Amino acid sequence: MPCLNNHVKEKIKSIVGAKNFLDSVEDKLCYSYDATALYNQMPEAVVFPDDGEQISKILKLANEELFNIVPRGSGTGLSGGSIPVENSLVVVMTRWNKILEIDDRNLTATVQPGVITGQLQKEVEKLGLFYPPDPGSLNVCTIGGNVANNAGGLRGLKYGVTKNYVLGTEMILPNGELLKTGGKNYKDTAGYNLRDFIVGSEGTLGVITKILLKLIPVPSKFITLIAYFDKLSDSAKAVADIISAHITPSMLEFLDNTTINCVEDFTNIGLPRNADAILLIEVDGRGSAVDEDAEAIKKILKRDGASFVHSAESEGEASKLKSARRSAFSALARKRPTTILEDATVPRSELPVMIEKVMQASRKFDVTFGNFGHAGDGNLHPTCLTDERDNAEINRALKAFDFIFNEAIKLGGTITGEHGTGLSKKEFLELAVGIPAVDMMKKIKLSIDENNILNPGKIFSISPRCEGSLPSSRDQIKDYVS
Amino acid sequence: MTKLNSNNLLLSVLPDDDVLSQCIHCGMCLATCPTYELTKLERSSPRGRLKMIKSVARGEMKISKIFAEEMNFCLDCQACETACPAGVKYGSIVEAARVVIEESGYGKLVSRFLKYIALKIIIPNKSLLKSTARLLRFYQRSGLQKFLHKSGIFKMMAPKLAEIDKLSPSVSSKFSDNHLEEKIPSAVPTKYKTAFLTGCLMNVMFDEINNDTIDVLKALNCDIFIPKNQVCCGSLNEHNGDFETAKSLAKKNIDAFGQSDYDFLITNSSGCSAFMKEYGHILKDDPEYSGKAKIFSSKVKDIMEFLADVDIEKKLNTMNDSVTYHDACHHVHTQKIFSEPRKVLQSIPELSFNELEESTWCCGSAGIYNITHYDDSMKLLERKMNNIMKTDSKIVLAANPGCISQLKYGAKKFHVDVEIMHPVSFIKKSLNANK
Ligand SMILES: Cc1cc2nc3c(=O)[nH]c(=O)nc-3n(C[C@H](O)[C@H](O)[C@H](O)COP(=O)(O)OP(=O)(O)OC[C@H]3O[C@@H](n4cnc5c(N)ncnc54)[C@H](O)[C@@H]3O)c2cc1C
Ligand code: SF4
Ligand code: SF4
Repeated sequence: MPCLNNHVKEKIKSIVGAKNFLDSVEDKLCYSYDATALYNQMPEAVVFPDDGEQISKILKLANEELFNIVPRGSGTGLSGGSIPVENSLVVVMTRWNKILEIDDRNLTATVQPGVITGQLQKEVEKLGLFYPPDPGSLNVCTIGGNVANNAGGLRGLKYGVTKNYVLGTEMILPNGELLKTGGKNYKDTAGYNLRDFIVGSEGTLGVITKILLKLIPVPSKFITLIAYFDKLSDSAKAVADIISAHITPSMLEFLDNTTINCVEDFTNIGLPRNADAILLIEVDGRGSAVDEDAEAIKKILKRDGASFVHSAESEGEASKLKSARRSAFSALARKRPTTILEDATVPRSELPVMIEKVMQASRKFDVTFGNFGHAGDGNLHPTCLTDERDNAEINRALKAFDFIFNEAIKLGGTITGEHGTGLSKKEFLELAVGIPAVDMMKKIKLSIDENNILNPGKIFSISPRCEGSLPSSRDQIKDYVS
Repeated sequence: MTKLNSNNLLLSVLPDDDVLSQCIHCGMCLATCPTYELTKLERSSPRGRLKMIKSVARGEMKISKIFAEEMNFCLDCQACETACPAGVKYGSIVEAARVVIEESGYGKLVSRFLKYIALKIIIPNKSLLKSTARLLRFYQRSGLQKFLHKSGIFKMMAPKLAEIDKLSPSVSSKFSDNHLEEKIPSAVPTKYKTAFLTGCLMNVMFDEINNDTIDVLKALNCDIFIPKNQVCCGSLNEHNGDFETAKSLAKKNIDAFGQSDYDFLITNSSGCSAFMKEYGHILKDDPEYSGKAKIFSSKVKDIMEFLADVDIEKKLNTMNDSVTYHDACHHVHTQKIFSEPRKVLQSIPELSFNELEESTWCCGSAGIYNITHYDDSMKLLERKMNNIMKTDSKIVLAANPGCISQLKYGAKKFHVDVEIMHPVSFIKKSLNANK
């Protein structure tokens, strides 16, 4: 099989220039992972392309020489999307970090894919504008990665996810051509909606080089509430009751006792270590409506058994609470060295049942879970606290996730709400969307990428062409125990 | 492979696999890392460095030139430690990796030699340190330094060295331990029994700041104990992997300060307070000193931390200045001191206190980083000076001698019209403003 040998590397080097080409062991090692537990594999080389023409040439070369391309943003993905596959070249987009235009007449922003999400938010907020999607990783992750994964965030409940803000994209296709979709029009029904199809494509269809985003006016008022619960089930009921009272907070986040303690160890902001659960809620908008919503929510919280309800007294306090919440996933690593985080999502009314199912999985398979998530939109992050060096325990953890995914689907839910399918959830894809859907996805993929050079083996596997050995959790484990 | 095996002993310096496995490669630290910001390469990020160290420790990767370069490119500013929700103790891990590099022969020979002289011979020996400082003072004052710079000889021979030479702070005309009394009792009955560390560099390079600190303590009616036989805190040795000398210095200080009874051990150099708070930890297995070290560490207070806790507000007089505040890494990242200096400064009447953007970013001083990595250090300094300019302040306060020298150099180099001061000196001005 042809591979990324020295001869091909020389060709790549001549395209991007020696300074943009890395293939030392040290560099390959440092691009062998993203934020996903258990998976890693080294690429053959890493490039930082300067412009679209270089990307286009690399993709053409990949088709000629049959090596694989793995697009990469900041590598904070949680489904293994930017982890290299065999015989691959990693194309890092972080240096494409310019905000090209903020159009305050049409309320749009045009950005390069490597712009950091949080930095874009700061820039547009200076102009009184708002870009709502706010994944927990917002200070690090790129807009390109957000678009490729259709990332969500804390404000998803009211404001939706990345796809609701993408107006247009430019993407270089595997054959080297530039595909432009969408534009500044709020309405557009010309042909198939290719733009929305690119959102969430996880780097398997092309390399995104430009993104046009929708902005909205920044809400003038925020109220942030925190509520403590002695009983987890009460907090779940409160979530359901808030939604069914027809109030839509911008944020409705849930943390269980394990998560509370880890986050408190990190932040020292006085979270209640004995509480069974807390809810972090934000309502926003204009004028008195915000106060009315906050009052109504407080009533529901108290009625449903909250032991303590408090509204943040300053912007500083509110932002401390929110950044504490954003640290939840990483803070859980204080307990055990490996944190396998999943992203099962159910219709909101089923949330209490799903939380119970996670606890059941924990008991049944004898593994520890920390549980938190975007409760308001039914998106839980059951996180297994384990140790990748313990083969038996990892096996139990994987079984527990098997159980959780199956239960989520039985409840009408899905295997991933916002992190994407990538490597870590592809074996559950058929279960979640059905065989016809997976078949259609594969056909589309092959019609665009006939040699399957772009991020192969992510989302689904295409047979019969062998994708080579993919980084897999089980192989990893073998390595560790031998 | 043989090389790896012979390295096994060497690698045992590295923390064990449990500690190295704590990093879950989530990337939450990337945004705070100045070196990652400079190169945008994973290998210059905390996450990348930890991955490399782990691979070296597991014998999967050899110690290499790139590995050594990246470990030394790191500022050891510990901003990543503040940012890491998982609680990874990055600082001690990278310091251990540096020891491995030095021992493995990948360190730079010249800087190894100089470090050896400085750390093993000069710093532990107070009178030798003072003689060296005297020599340097002669060089700075005799006109030799000026001559070398002015005549262009320096530039011609070693342009970078010429710049670096300008970075070294000038030696004080007096050394604090020579003129400060060992015991300075309070004139009135006092709540505050303090002891004071004159420091090694502070002692010879920043005598004025030591004097200002003593004056502030006096104004607060503190008892002050300044043992003559105190020594350097040992932090420079510890950070450069010379743990044995660090421990022996720690013990000497525990004995020296142990001669008197005090409640607070005050320092005005954030590096010293940070490390002396660790004595309890580094001596925890020492049968004779573990208990004493723990008590010693519990009394250590950085001057700004101390001032935030005492009744100073009523004594502070109006200052019509506009100031900004730079957080020294050893304050904010190592000791998590952030709100304390702000609280004290903001209680000065009429003072316009302007927050500095990226105040917690390293200024590039970082021990001897500005000498070993001059160009990178200057990029960080330029960024810092730009942020300082944006505040429109006339005075920049920084509570660490390294930062003060670096910022002074930056003000000159980038033509920024600001005065650089230790906050304790500014507090002293405010205390005296009505006199
Ligand atoms: C602590 C933490 C909290 C998180 N919280 C959230 C959250 O609340 N909500 C959420 O949705 N996610 C969350 N994530 C997951 C992750 O941050 C997001 O998926 C994010 O969108 C990834 O962005 P990235 O720049 O790191 O992309 P990467 O991880 O580098 O890549 C992600 C995918 O995008 C592809 N890609 C990247 N750039 C391009 C490009 N230019 N063209 C084509 N394909 C590209 C890659 O191939 C890969 O498949 C969190 C992660 C962490 C570590
Ligand atoms: S050091 Fe901490 S913040 Fe950085 S990648 Fe590792 S776990 Fe995440
Ligand atoms: S100590 Fe500073 S320079 Fe070194 S990795 Fe951490 S943040 Fe980066």
